[in-house]
Amino acid sequence: MTAKVVITGIGVATPNGLGVDDYWAATRVGKNAIGPVTRFDAAQYPSKLAGEIHDFTAEDHLPSRLIPQTDRMTRLALVAADCAFEDAGVKPGDIPEFDMGVVTASASGGFEFGQNELKKLWGQGSQYVSAYQSFAWFYAVNSGQISIRNGMRGPSGVVVSDQAGGLDAIAQARRQIRKGSKLIFSGGFDASICPWGWVAQLAGGLMSTDENPERAYLPFDTDANGYVPGEGGALLILEDAEAARGRGATNIYGEIAGYGATFDPKPGSGREPGLRRAIEAALADAGLTAGDIDVVFADAAGTPELDRVEADAISAVFGPGGVPVTAPKTMTGRLYSGAAPVDVVAAVLAMREGLIPPTTNVTLSPEYDIDLVTGSARTAPVRAALVLARGYGGFNSAVVVRAAD
Amino acid sequence: MGRRVVITGIGVLAPGGIGTKNFWSLLSEGRTATRGITFFDPSPFRSKVAAEADFDPELHGLGPQEIRRMDRAAQFGVVTAREALADSGLDLAGLDPYRTGVTIGSAVGATTGLDNEYRVVSDGGRLDLVDHKYTPQHLYNHFVPSSFAAEVAWATGAEGPATVVSTGCTSGIDSVGHAVELIREGTADVMITGATDAPISPITMACFDAIKATTPRNDDPEHASRPFDGTRNGFVLGEGSACFVLEELESARKRGARIYAEIAGYASRCNAFHMTGLRPDGREMAEAIKVALDEARMNPEGIDYINAHGSGTKQNDRHETAAFKLSLGDHAYRTPVSSIKSMVGHSLGAIGSIEIAASVLAMENNVVPPTANLHTPDPECDLDYVPLTAREHTTDAVLTVGSGFGGFQSAMVLARPERSLA
Repeated sequence: MTAKVVITGIGVATPNGLGVDDYWAATRVGKNAIGPVTRFDAAQYPSKLAGEIHDFTAEDHLPSRLIPQTDRMTRLALVAADCAFEDAGVKPGDIPEFDMGVVTASASGGFEFGQNELKKLWGQGSQYVSAYQSFAWFYAVNSGQISIRNGMRGPSGVVVSDQAGGLDAIAQARRQIRKGSKLIFSGGFDASICPWGWVAQLAGGLMSTDENPERAYLPFDTDANGYVPGEGGALLILEDAEAARGRGATNIYGEIAGYGATFDPKPGSGREPGLRRAIEAALADAGLTAGDIDVVFADAAGTPELDRVEADAISAVFGPGGVPVTAPKTMTGRLYSGAAPVDVVAAVLAMREGLIPPTTNVTLSPEYDIDLVTGSARTAPVRAALVLARGYGGFNSAVVVRAAD
Repeated sequence: MGRRVVITGIGVLAPGGIGTKNFWSLLSEGRTATRGITFFDPSPFRSKVAAEADFDPELHGLGPQEIRRMDRAAQFGVVTAREALADSGLDLAGLDPYRTGVTIGSAVGATTGLDNEYRVVSDGGRLDLVDHKYTPQHLYNHFVPSSFAAEVAWATGAEGPATVVSTGCTSGIDSVGHAVELIREGTADVMITGATDAPISPITMACFDAIKATTPRNDDPEHASRPFDGTRNGFVLGEGSACFVLEELESARKRGARIYAEIAGYASRCNAFHMTGLRPDGREMAEAIKVALDEARMNPEGIDYINAHGSGTKQNDRHETAAFKLSLGDHAYRTPVSSIKSMVGHSLGAIGSIEIAASVLAMENNVVPPTANLHTPDPECDLDYVPLTAREHTTDAVLTVGSGFGGFQSAMVLARPERSLA
């Protein structure tokens, strides 16, 4: 029941790096990847910046028949899955097919695919809508496509909890391994940088309207004024620790040691938000205390009210300035369901190098009692990290990642 | 055996059957709720039939602001969650809110709301650069359908883990299965769980037309959904929701709760074959059924009734018939099998939960609902599909299954908690 579950392979695609090496090389030095939207003409919209992935050509990696039936977020996920298998030193056929599954998170599904088909529906007529609209946009598509491409017939799933979902998926994957599966893919990808996705995100009212790429997304800064959306995510291969060692796995990045999740009280209740309880639950699940945590990867909403809630929760658990806190997502923008899996990747790479990547562009507001790693990376031994993620409406999730023995 | 999980409250909203009582009347009388589409002009579409729910949100206690901000599917979910909670008699205010969680299944989220809003912001499909000045704030809630779980959490006061489970047409089983796992592992004591979908919109009709998945039997809508019948030619789209209150068995007993059934076993597998196609051998569904039975510590002979996926496509009906034989052996031939989709249509992610409700009600009443419209046997479907009329039948344990796009195959075993364990 409490078998150790470890990360043995990683596929990552973010605006500042494709693949583990590129991502970490950019992240450890604080390379900014937020810039003007190029995917469409954003001039008419109040927000004009995004974290886009520029050097990804799906056709270089995937069979041509998959291209017309996939949204961008699915293409990124399929390629990341291939990379993760390679990284783990496992080929899909190495493990019995019913012992492998896929549990992913999605926030908005294949929104750009959906946009294009809605445009055909209303602009041309229903007979122009693609047959692939029956699945290419829906939230389950990445789990389905990854399972098909890699012959994975075991327990699978899909969760949607906005930006908290990536951690919820990892927790569900861990449950499946503890129930006996040998290998589960987990993580999340979103890529809704299209006009229809843009207006939907604008409607949420939390996007930054600043046009300076280095001033637009400033969590925990006095000038925090919203977030910048990005695209991408990460997929992790999770395995039972003993099974992974048994097959001679060479990359054991770290252990998914603890998880906790809560939902905020209804607005106006006056009760404390649930983030602190999610952190405490994750620590208890990991069998650790606050003092064992070497770094916190913050959700870093970038709006004053939400930053306040997060800073308060961190201070309440760790004490004022009690733990280094960082948010490398200031380089990429917020990647929705992909954000937290990418932070888990950053956490295990921080352990490997003994280096906490920086929160770029931010000057910590004196209002917050947290030890935010700003400017450049900080050298520090990292044995255990806490990753936080929150979703619109009140979703709070926390994962503790611990160095593998 | 560790913590066991039971259903102590049910809320159902189905076409032709809003509320548990009306829903059971429809099923036990073998009536159908499939009709010509009225929500929009169906004339451009190949399939012009659907099972629409006659739903007035104000009548079900939703306020004007709730109605404005929620997609129809979210409204359904809130209504059935509240109904389930009231039915359970559980006073959540007396419990630790962090120990009550929410999982809501939905295959297509706010697809109807998105379709409506897209039409406006694109000015009828004319604008590529859609106009943000015409978006309502709740468009974000449609963009990310985790808003459904948020609404249910607010409506019930749950502050534990909350999420939407979205595995296509098995969402309604997988959502409840996920909730069961949270109680079993000790993360939660109570779960508000279920599923909802309201997909009857032009974009949904158009995409199912494109793959000819929905029936073109437009001249006879009331008899258009024909699972296991030799003349079937596609499914009838439906809508609706069912939610449940799940509790740990001992605490439910301690408070004297009415216990409908134990969720004794659950499993999901993938076909890893095709996004919309099925392997004819039914092996992955059979695998899910076997694992669910093992988890329930039950032999195939323990199953008294199979609530089939029975969508009304030839591919599905043969696939799952094969799966039942593969997993249950000869017992498959002795067990009544039926599909309520013949009556309430196929509401995508919601139907799995609606079918759990039907399964529980079959146990309550010791009556197996029929497969309506089944007049012409298909020689390749040679099980007992309970044609046309409900049947009195001692029903102590039910197997309910689902199958969906993406290749997901799920199975759940419902049983009486007082049974002897194999």
